[in-house]
Amino acid sequence: MTILQSDHIRALEDESIHIIREAVAESERPVLLFSGGKDSALVLRLAVKAFHPARLPFPVMHVDTGHNFPEVLEFRDLTINELDAELIVASVQESIDSGRIVEERGPRASRNRLQIEPLLRAIEQNRFDAVFGGARRDEEKARAKERVFSFRDEFGQWDPKNQRPELWNLYNARHRQGEHVRVFPISNWTELDVWQYINAEKVDLPSIYFSHRRKVFERDGMLMADSAFIERVDGEEVFEAQVRFRTVGDMSCTAAVESSASTVEDIIEEIAVSRITERGASRADDRTAEAAMEDRKREGYF
Amino acid sequence: MTAELVRLATTGSVDDGKSTLIGRLLYDSKQIFQDQLDSVEDASRRRGTDYVDLALLTDGLRAEREQGITIDVAYRYFSTPKRKFILADTPGHIQYTRNMVTGSSTANIALILVDARNGVVEQTKRHAFLASLLGVPHLVLCVNKMDLVDWSQDRFDDVVDEFREFATKLAIHDLRFVPVSALLGDNIVNYSENMSWYRGPTVIELLEEIHVASDFNMIDVRFPVQYVVRPHRNGFHDYRGYAGTVAGGLMKPGDEVMVLPSGFTTRIARIDTFDGPVEQATPPMSVVLKLEDDLDISRGDMICRPHNQPDSTQDLDAMICWMSESSGMEVGSKYAIKHTTKWGRVMVKDLQYRLDVNTLHRDESSTRLDLNEIGRVRMRATTPFFVDEYRRNRQTGSFILVDEATNSTVAAGMVTGKAT
Repeated sequence: MTILQSDHIRALEDESIHIIREAVAESERPVLLFSGGKDSALVLRLAVKAFHPARLPFPVMHVDTGHNFPEVLEFRDLTINELDAELIVASVQESIDSGRIVEERGPRASRNRLQIEPLLRAIEQNRFDAVFGGARRDEEKARAKERVFSFRDEFGQWDPKNQRPELWNLYNARHRQGEHVRVFPISNWTELDVWQYINAEKVDLPSIYFSHRRKVFERDGMLMADSAFIERVDGEEVFEAQVRFRTVGDMSCTAAVESSASTVEDIIEEIAVSRITERGASRADDRTAEAAMEDRKREGYF
Repeated sequence: MTAELVRLATTGSVDDGKSTLIGRLLYDSKQIFQDQLDSVEDASRRRGTDYVDLALLTDGLRAEREQGITIDVAYRYFSTPKRKFILADTPGHIQYTRNMVTGSSTANIALILVDARNGVVEQTKRHAFLASLLGVPHLVLCVNKMDLVDWSQDRFDDVVDEFREFATKLAIHDLRFVPVSALLGDNIVNYSENMSWYRGPTVIELLEEIHVASDFNMIDVRFPVQYVVRPHRNGFHDYRGYAGTVAGGLMKPGDEVMVLPSGFTTRIARIDTFDGPVEQATPPMSVVLKLEDDLDISRGDMICRPHNQPDSTQDLDAMICWMSESSGMEVGSKYAIKHTTKWGRVMVKDLQYRLDVNTLHRDESSTRLDLNEIGRVRMRATTPFFVDEYRRNRQTGSFILVDEATNSTVAAGMVTGKAT
């Protein structure tokens, strides 16, 4: 009798659509953060479903580090074009050029943390009051404790010790002028859920998620893509390998994994037996300290 | 892809072996990854503990690590071939009630641990009472540390009897009992060789078997209108759909429905989703309803059946759990209220009693509620709300109160029958 309901992916989809509609109904100026990664592609897909047959009732924003994988930029433009959506680009390069932020130096320099300034600036300038993100609770410890509707003060700060209780499916998006809420519709999805959904729904993704030949070098046990954006130190030799990316971020901090998975089915099989989390395998930005993510989030990070 | 989604709430302190139990569930169902385990082993060693402290897996906040305590609900995910579980793991000490109430609000199953040596203690009763108050339909009592009572069947039976007697005061009708040793793994995932006298299911078998499909109310049609879909694009100019999440009952095209507060009746023309129209909708599906007549309907309205309506009232009788650290609830105070998709304002008219969650004693002389306190209140709202008793429907029977000055959520409320 209730065939649809017995499918856990369908139940997760229903929950996410409820969250997205609720955030849009309760805010003046929503926006969706889109990195081109699988999680933001999923949130975008769910948002399209939530308002069908109407068009997406909010713009999409990309925080552009200037250190993007070219394949990801291409995917971004294609996706936005197809949906006929409005794209806003918040540029890290522009903030550096106008002196608001200073580029990190050295071989471990990354523009990851530098995204905070242009992100908060764009939110302020556009007076966005609900900002959708693709964070999941299973991916990182600080995110595991964050609310679905996560309040940010006028400085964009997250206060983990002072979060609003969140019960049933009753979300509280209330805020004063200048404050906003971050909304995470796929909080309860795991990496495997995301891939199963992408498989079932045939969601398009950037090509770097699938196995390809690439020039890489090894750093801290991770395979970094060789590019103009990252300085190698002595002993870091470039070699070619068969790799794919499990997450998509700035080229300077996103590592590849050796893999021959060339289809979504292959990837699901690979994840099912993997013993390393996706962030553990591929994010240099989380390795700087035990509380790296929490510290960045407090300052206004995604 | 055909697994069911099941929500669990678990609670207890380190002493009960809760971390060990969860660690077993996660580890044995292969949900802990090598890099997570490595970092937990590292952290345990640095702190000088001689066992791997699995609580460190999700105690991710700086303050939690510094103080060595869990300060918030942690959500963990694991799955078996039959089901995917979302586990709300609530700390047993700090902010106990607030966290337990939050974790239980959506749970199908409450998992409670007792130490076989101590049996049912005050904390067990408090846990069970809160699970009952929040309408968790199923409760599994794990009688742990059976290895320390010589695997004694008599001891297990005593604990079960003791709990059953207490549970007669509660509203949980599906009670299950399992004798376990979380430390040694007996009856968690694998059967116990030490307790051949126990022929029931293991914890994981129970979690897989308990029937949760009927936890939703499938009788009373309730559809809170969440969002009006009006596409301003070619081909859809006349389209007007009402988006929402089904909160009760079974809806089909052709069904006669009534819209509150207007009281107008019409029929369901179609039930739409992105993937096409569906033949029926039940909780917790997110759908779009198209109705046969053009009525004035907006967010916050409720669609039901003409002969089965929720109570439309400005007088709300409810149990309240107070969740604010900075201010208490006093009679005469005003708050914003959110019920389903509708906001309004309420004034607290009366605090009938404050409930002691340890003894279940009702203190009728009380005039205020502070953090983590529970009481029965009567409130007057600025506008009618369309409510059911929480016991009958957890979606249309629940609400939150919000402080209008700070915008913080300060209370969780559950609608009760009218006070006499």
